[in-house]
Amino acid sequence: MSTLAWIAVIIVTVTSVGLLLARDWRWLIIFLSAQYFGMLILTMVHWPLGMASVKVVAGWMSAAILGMTRSGLPRENKVERQSVLPRGRLFRLFAAGIVMLVVATATPRVDAVMADAGFAVTTGSLLLVGMGLLHLGVTDHVLRVTIGLMTILSGFEILYATVEGSVLVAALLAVINLGLALVGSYLLIASNSQVEEASV
Amino acid sequence: MNAPTIWIIAPAIIAILLFVIRNQRALSIIGGGITALLAITVQFVPIDEAFRLGALSIKVDSSMAVFGRVLQIKPTEGTLLAILYGATALWFFAAEASGTAPRIVPFGLLITTFMVASIAVEPFLYAALFIELAVLLSVPLLTSINKPPGRGVVRFLIYQTLAMPFILFSGWLLSGVEASPGDIALAAQSASVLGMGFAFLLAIFPFYNWIPMLMEETSPFIVGFLLWILPTVTLIFGAGFLDRYSWLRSSPQLATTLQYAGLLMVVTGGLWAATQRHLGRIMAYSSIAETGFSILALSLNPRLGIPILFLLIPARALGLAVWSLSLNVIKDHAETLRFNAVRGLLRTYPLASAGLILASLSTGAFPLLAGFPARLALWENLSRVSLTSAFWLGIGIIGLLISSFRTMAVLSMADEYESWELGEDWLQGIMLGLGMTGLVILGIFPQFLQYFLADLPTMFEHLGR
Repeated sequence: MSTLAWIAVIIVTVTSVGLLLARDWRWLIIFLSAQYFGMLILTMVHWPLGMASVKVVAGWMSAAILGMTRSGLPRENKVERQSVLPRGRLFRLFAAGIVMLVVATATPRVDAVMADAGFAVTTGSLLLVGMGLLHLGVTDHVLRVTIGLMTILSGFEILYATVEGSVLVAALLAVINLGLALVGSYLLIASNSQVEEASV
Repeated sequence: MNAPTIWIIAPAIIAILLFVIRNQRALSIIGGGITALLAITVQFVPIDEAFRLGALSIKVDSSMAVFGRVLQIKPTEGTLLAILYGATALWFFAAEASGTAPRIVPFGLLITTFMVASIAVEPFLYAALFIELAVLLSVPLLTSINKPPGRGVVRFLIYQTLAMPFILFSGWLLSGVEASPGDIALAAQSASVLGMGFAFLLAIFPFYNWIPMLMEETSPFIVGFLLWILPTVTLIFGAGFLDRYSWLRSSPQLATTLQYAGLLMVVTGGLWAATQRHLGRIMAYSSIAETGFSILALSLNPRLGIPILFLLIPARALGLAVWSLSLNVIKDHAETLRFNAVRGLLRTYPLASAGLILASLSTGAFPLLAGFPARLALWENLSRVSLTSAFWLGIGIIGLLISSFRTMAVLSMADEYESWELGEDWLQGIMLGLGMTGLVILGIFPQFLQYFLADLPTMFEHLGR
């Protein structure tokens, strides 16, 4: 399980950096879905497969909601392109590197507080929280903000699963993930309403 | 039959059914009537005690099991729920006058039920999850699908969502502190995490910039509703933490931190309000100061602070309801809510302007208005703890009063020969008139509230006893 957990850490590293760098919304949805798969593996370290799969199912449904909504909207508009600041991929890669450095430094201390969480689980969790926060810091576009929040929640859920095994909490967190995706879709449609009106 | 089914699940189902009704008046009457009925029943129907209704003997159980956890409405929480549903009824009855009934009634009722669930859930820590669900429901309430969302709503979503992980984690850390009370480092960590969670949730300085933004972007009536219900329930939730953890309750550092946080909110809210030139932003900063008053009440000795915290709640509800309805009426007729656009409106919209001024003065602790008794008690008790803090509280209040007088000056700056007329329709007039009367009555006869509020502190096991 330990090797598998480290593979999951690699997966979430790739996906979270990918989410930060990708410009095409299709890639965003693909990376998000893959990230939930990594989350499943990390959650399985402490939860049985049945309970852990709730998270991945809710996550994939959320990604599907966002993807379907975005696919129904016009092609990338100017506002969407301008909303990721600063735009340079190199800069974002550099920022992601700093987050990884911070995570590497913080992991031993957090792992000591989170008894028996495991290094891989703590690393994966903190990485997602850090990358999600970075994502929120560089964009105000609705789709990216929603994905940023979902990334932070994913990181939190992985770590929280090590200390809390309640079915009610798992269910409510799944509902919150789906709700966040629905709210994101709603805002996405709303933010494109004037673009659509103009194009008619 | 059990209490959570009656006061949480049934209203939630009714709220969903209300989405199909589009008529403003029907929604306003049905929504207001149902919430008023819920308020009356939760106040007067005994929980966990058998009572007779004609030939029937009925007993309402306090708890219901859900996925291995419990939703429990204790008999001592009845009055708080009555205040929550009662204040919601106030908003719903006024919804038609504000023209927002199709949105605020179904969404508002659903949000209220989630907030009630957050009070009822055991372990109480899970309240953070229900509050987050209410926040998610607030987004479609605040925005229209036909209009791009502003930055305020996106920030609201981000800040409120970030609160949940912090609070859930802090709960786990706090239980660790209980197990090993000597671990100072763990105690400090858990208190910091908890503080961050509540800083996001209560929009404590500097995380409150979304409030003025929202007031500019969307309907003041809807924002007013959220600015009442979210912080009120969050404060009760926060008081629950103090009640649950004795080391937290007895920590002098926490009292000092709460005092500084509260003062920071009152002072910045008051001073920022005094310098604004937009009526919506003035209300936003005043509501920030209002939350500061409640945090200051929590910083006091619980025996004094908790009753003051509860005394602040009805005044806040009524004040915000009148203020937000008045702003909504003015916004419908003025180009913007900036000073230059609302100048002289007192002559054409006298009731809305008067409502705005009275509610604003009430927030600023103007004597004989609803906000005055609680603020006076707060000020008096704070001065016993620290005169410097009482001085800064005074600065914040002066800022709030300056904003009220500036508003009054701008609204009354009409041309000399402009005639008086009543621009509000009859329903708006009645609602604003009743609200203003309530503000004055609560200010002159605050003892009326004692009937409801006297036993409320007993909902906490340790605080206020």
